[in-house]
This record gives sequence, structure tokens and C-alpha cells, in this order.
Amino acid sequence: MKINSRTIDMKEYGIIVFFLLLMLTLSFVARGFSSTENLINISRQVALVGIVAVGMTMVMISGGIDLSVGSIIAASGVTSAYLITQTGLNPVFAGILGVGVGGLVGLLNGFLISKLNIPPFIATLATMAGARGLAYVITEGMPIYGFPDEFAFIGQGYLSFIPVPVVVMILVFGVGYFLLNKVPFGKYVYGIGGNEEAARLSGVNVGNVKLLVYVINGLLSGLAGVILLSRIMTAVPNSGNGFEMDVITGVVLGGVSMSGGEGKLRGVLIGVLIMGVLSNGMMILGFVEYYQWIVRCFVLIIAVGFDRNIGLLSSRMGRTSKLPISS
Amino acid sequence: MRNEILVLQGITKRFPGVVALDDVSFSLRQGEVHALVGENGAGKSTLMKVLTGMNSPESGKILIDGVSHSSLTIQSAKTLGISMIYQELNSIQMLTIFENIFFGREYKRGGLLDRKRMIAEADRLLLEFELNIPSTRKMAEITVAYQQIVEIIKAVSSNVRILIMDEPTAPLSIDEVKMLYRLVGKLKEAGVSIVYISHRLEEIFQIADRITVFRDGRHIATHDIGDTNEESLIKEMVGRELSNQYPPRVDLPLGPNILQIKRLSTSKIKDVSLRLRQGEILGIGGLIGSGRTELLRAIFGADRILSGEVYLGTRNVSIKSPFDAIRCGVALIPEDRKQHGLLLKMSVEDNIIFSSLKKFMKGLMLNAAQISDAVGGAIVRLAIKTPGPKQLVKYLSGGNQQKVVLAKWMESNAQVYLFDEPTRGIDVGAKYEIYELMNTLKSNGKGIIMVSSDMQELIGMSDRILVMKDGQVSGELKRDEITQENILKHASKKHLPRAMEWREEE
Repeated sequence: MKINSRTIDMKEYGIIVFFLLLMLTLSFVARGFSSTENLINISRQVALVGIVAVGMTMVMISGGIDLSVGSIIAASGVTSAYLITQTGLNPVFAGILGVGVGGLVGLLNGFLISKLNIPPFIATLATMAGARGLAYVITEGMPIYGFPDEFAFIGQGYLSFIPVPVVVMILVFGVGYFLLNKVPFGKYVYGIGGNEEAARLSGVNVGNVKLLVYVINGLLSGLAGVILLSRIMTAVPNSGNGFEMDVITGVVLGGVSMSGGEGKLRGVLIGVLIMGVLSNGMMILGFVEYYQWIVRCFVLIIAVGFDRNIGLLSSRMGRTSKLPISS
Repeated sequence: MRNEILVLQGITKRFPGVVALDDVSFSLRQGEVHALVGENGAGKSTLMKVLTGMNSPESGKILIDGVSHSSLTIQSAKTLGISMIYQELNSIQMLTIFENIFFGREYKRGGLLDRKRMIAEADRLLLEFELNIPSTRKMAEITVAYQQIVEIIKAVSSNVRILIMDEPTAPLSIDEVKMLYRLVGKLKEAGVSIVYISHRLEEIFQIADRITVFRDGRHIATHDIGDTNEESLIKEMVGRELSNQYPPRVDLPLGPNILQIKRLSTSKIKDVSLRLRQGEILGIGGLIGSGRTELLRAIFGADRILSGEVYLGTRNVSIKSPFDAIRCGVALIPEDRKQHGLLLKMSVEDNIIFSSLKKFMKGLMLNAAQISDAVGGAIVRLAIKTPGPKQLVKYLSGGNQQKVVLAKWMESNAQVYLFDEPTRGIDVGAKYEIYELMNTLKSNGKGIIMVSSDMQELIGMSDRILVMKDGQVSGELKRDEITQENILKHASKKHLPRAMEWREEE
């Protein structure tokens, strides 16, 4: 029992130490890395991944995965853009409807997974293609631009010195923490990820909880899509391409178990920050975007490898093997 | 005296904070069945891990055929002919029987798999062990009992000399247990030595030649089977007098009907009717596959009800899911705690409150203070041994895990408790406590339906027994009619049709 609490501590501790070392190293080798301006810049870059990571954390704790987040970002962004430019809709309503599109795709994911029993990987792989297709159909493959200047606020504005997207991310983390820890829903999410059948036999409406988890993730992806649109003020159908990679890597880095039932949001926050710091650092050091992909590959593998082998370590000490535990 | 094939001397194994094995000695003669008993935590599992090479002891010697080893590896244990049949079977469900038997040592011809030869050899082995099924069946399609035999065949066909069996009869019905005994007899004749771990003392007296008792990581005694009896063994196991395995029966004037079902049918059971009264324990007897578990699952809404009516009190209710059942005050304590009863990755506290979270809401949030009061109270009331409410439930012993499951339902204020094998894999001392808790529920006016394969338990605890066969009720035994003979008579009224040996299609 002691061993276990130590493993968890070690995992969390390890990630924090890694983060601090990374910051320290970069502030020495990368010129301008530790300037206030750059740190604010990083936080803005991290915000979108962070917002979606909260939803993804719930999905992965429940034992699932959602590959469609990047496509949802594109679909909701172009929907808002289309509504603003083609119908002259008030940008606020257009933004809300864009978030709604994300929620709808999430609802579809949840329906496919919880009602039709399609494995999450496959269901969201399908909607990943579908939502991307939708984005192309709406834009007919062309970029959309020409929004009122006020619309830039949510993506580019500041509240005092903090970028608005960062404020949104902090709020989303707060709400996520509340949902996962302070209300029954969160316990159910952990329970379902740990042992779905036991949760069902304890009276949890497993289908509805899962449905809600994917809807939340869809809504948050939609929100990220609208913020991204406001930041670049141009809607392109291939935006958010590969976004799921950053989100999932951040979440896994933050200690959420791929097999579900375990993980904490505060770890995920660190995980996401590491991803942001890493790509910012590489940019300053002059890595071309292409190499950044290769670095992401290693980060993901190392993160999961670390996770799995800490598990292995404790099983070598005779804790999680096939034999019944004798003490 | 036959020669000793295995001798363990002065084995000590420590884990952080515990001495799992303390200067333990043990010996195994060729062709004997040596039973190993002790409560959970006595060190049996650790000793077996030492023997199978999963743990290395800090000190002590392992002598095999007179050759001394300080420790074994999984590989060397295998080479020396030591094999273990685990309580949780290790077979690969989606592969066929013969593929499982030859897994990792397939016959080949010119580099390709020699399917024909493997099937022929597997069929021969199955026949030799009285299993009349083709070896091309998938593991998932045969019963747990047969899967276990296949695992034994797998071990035997790879030249095992020391076979360790951990609670082999736990998932078996009476007939299957007899089959297992015959199999063990055959293995003995062939000179295989068997270490037999079991909580069921009566079967040890039928099958073992010698018996060794462990307690708290220490070797307490080794007897020839003729030189001891159940009572003194229990005394050695628990280290104190335990006058009776069952608490005195609580006799109450029975209350009104708390549950009544009329002609209930699902895909697994047919036209089952029963009534349960407040303060009553209704036992359900029958062989494995007779529909006992399925009856509980139907009442609990876990399997789809095709026809029939369920009344709670006098209210006709419709139960379509466990969610409905729990709202109506029905609770299921499932047979397989780890798979179905517990959230192993979660804490004792989370498990206890999991089915009654709504009760702990204060405004929009869960009320931590109220939760910790309730959980603290439950831990004391049920005497759950845990370092604290935040302890992960997977680190508790079987008996304490079962208490956590019970605490969960008591917290949700359930009225009808469906126990499926309430004490499977639980040691003697904790068993007694579970029985006492069942009696407490009874005196509080709850109703209990208990499925059990343990004949003594069924007879010892039930106020009335329904016997099932082929998904139907084949007999009812009132208090004064409850005997082992009567139960068996109803359980096997006719010859079992062959089809019953297959697991029904999902």
C-alpha cells in the first residue's frame, strides 16, 4: 500500500521536476525564452490545447479516447465564420452556435460509443473524418475572412495583462476540477473507467455518463475552434489538423492512464505546459516545424513508456501480479 | 517413505513493512497431495510465488531432487517441472483448446504449424481426462470447470512434476468437483506431486495425504491427514478457538413479503416464482449452470426480463436495469467481487458511497464532512480492516473487500440483498463475520436471497431453500427438510442433458 502511494507521488513529482528542469534549461540556452513577453506568449499558445485537454482528460479517465477534436475545431470555426460572413449574424451568437456544432459532434460520438457500442477509437476516427469533411463542404475548400474587429477580442484580447484565451482556459480547468471532484458525475467517470461493469452494477447509468463526457469534450473543442478563429481571423478547413496529437500527449504526460480510471487535472495542466514550453523552446532554438513533429513522437513515447514502466516496477515488487494479494 | 522431491528450508521473504514468510519450511513427497491451508495473509501465496520463481526469498534454501537453489526464476521453475494452476485462470479465451494446450511449444513441420498433430494429441489428452469435447472448440465456449481441466492438461503434457493448485474447486459444481478429484488421483498415480491450496477443509480431508498450516507468515504444523481433524485445523489457522463455523441462527417471526416474483423468465431462466419475507434468508441451491446466478441477475435488472412480474412489498415494479433495482432497494453482492462488485482503483470511501452519492449532496456539491462521517461509521460498524478510508480497495483482503461491497449497499439503504457466493475465497475468520453481518441484516428486517455452492454454508445459513435446475425451480425445502440429500435430489432430478455442459450463447 505504501508502494502505491509512492508510485503516484513519483509520477506526479517526476513530471513537475521534468517541467522545472525544462524551464531552467531553456532559459539558459534559448535567448529570450524567459522574457515576460515570451512567457505570456507561451501561455496563449497553450490555452487552446489546455481547454480541450480538460475534456480529453474526462474522456480518457472514463476509459475512452477522442480523435475527433482537431476536426471539431475546424468544423466549429468555419461554421461561425460562415454565419458571420454569409448571414451577417451577430458574432457572439455565431460563436455560440460554433461551440454548439462541437457539442453536436460530441453528442454523435457519445451516441455511437454508448448506445451503439462502437469502440471509442473507431467511432471518433469516423467522426474525425466526418467533421473535417463538413469543414471542407462549408468553405468549399476556400478560406473565409472579413470579420468585425470586435470579434478578435476572445482570441487576441487581454484582461489586464492576461490573454483572454488563458482566462478561458483557467475557467475551464476550474469547472473541470469541480465536475471531476465535487459532484457525483466525476466519481462515476472514474468508476466507469476503472471497471465499467462494476459501475453499472452499482446503479450508474453508464450510457448517459459516457454520453455527457463526449458532449463536454465536443463543446470544449468547439470553444477552442471559435477562439482559434478569433485569433487568426481567418477560417480554414484544415485548421486544428493534428491537434488531437498535442492534446492526447499532454494528457498522457500529465499522468492520465490510457486504460482509464486514473488521472488528475493538475497533472494534465503540467503536461500541457510541457508541450507548450517544448514547442516554444524549439521555435526559439530554430527547429523547423518538421522536426517538431519528430520531437512530439519521442515525447509521447517517453511519456507512455514512463507510465507503463512505473507500473512494471511496482508489479516486480509483487503487488499487481496474477496471484491474489496476501496482505 | 517415498522420497522428497521438494524441500524448502528456512525461507524468509520480506516486503516493505511486512514479513510475508518467516523462516518457513515445507516438504513435498513424490506423488502426494499436500494441502496448504491458512487465512488470507498467512503467506501461502508468497510461498507459491517463491516456488514459481516470481519472488526470490531473502534467505533459505530450495532443494529440488536434492539440488540446492537459493532462489528460482520463472524460467528455471518451468524447466524443473513446477507449474501452477491459478485461481483466476490464465487461458486465452479466443484461442481453441488445442492452441491453449500447445501455446508456446507448438508442434511444427517444416517451420509451419502442424495443426493436425496438435489436434490429434490434444484430443487424446482430453479423452484421457474424461473431457468429451473436441479440442478445436474455443476456450470461451466451454465452462470454467473445463477450462481449468484444460489448464491442468496443459501443465501435465509439458512434463510437470510439481503442480500447484490454488482453490481449484472454487468455481466448480459438485459433479465437476468429483471429476477434479478423479483427475488428481490420476496425476498422483503418474507420480506428480501436488500442492493443494484450499479454504474448504472438508475437501482437503477427502483428497490430501498431508496438510500444512500457515499463519502470519509462519509454519504452524504439518500433519498426516489421519492425525488431525477440522476443528483442530481451524484452531491452528486462526490461532484461537472458533467454536462454530456458523453463528447461532437468528430466529425471528417472519415479517410480511418483502419481495415476490411471479413467473419470471429471461433467456436463462424460465417461469421462476418465489417470495421472500422480511427477516428471512432464502437459499438457492443447484448445480453450476442451473440458473442460480441468472435468477439474481434477473431480479437485479442486469439481464433483460422477458416476462413475469416483480413485487416489492405489495408494489408491482418494473426493473429494467440495475439502476431501477437499486432505486427499488434491491442490492446485488456479486460472485466475482473484483470484476463486478468493486472499483479496485478507487478508495474504500469512494466504493462505500458510490451507490448513494445523491444522498451526500449539499447544494451543488458533495459534502465531504458528511461523507467522511458515514464512511467512518461504516468502517467501524462492519469492522473493515483498512489503514484508512482513502486506502485503495484493491489492497484489502477478500473478506474486507466483501465488507466494503456490503457497506455500499447498507449505505444505499437496500431492503433486499442478493448474495451470490457470499464467502467465496474468504478465509475462515472473515467468513464468520460475513455470516454475522447477514444475520444483522436479517434482524433489521431486510430480506436475503443467497446463492451458494458451499453446501455447508447453504444448510448452515438458510431459513428456506429453493433448488434450481435447468433454469427452473425444481424443489423447495422448508427449514426441517433441509438436508444435503434433499438438495442434491432436487438439483439432479434427471440426467443432465448434454447441452448443459456448454456455456449458453450470449
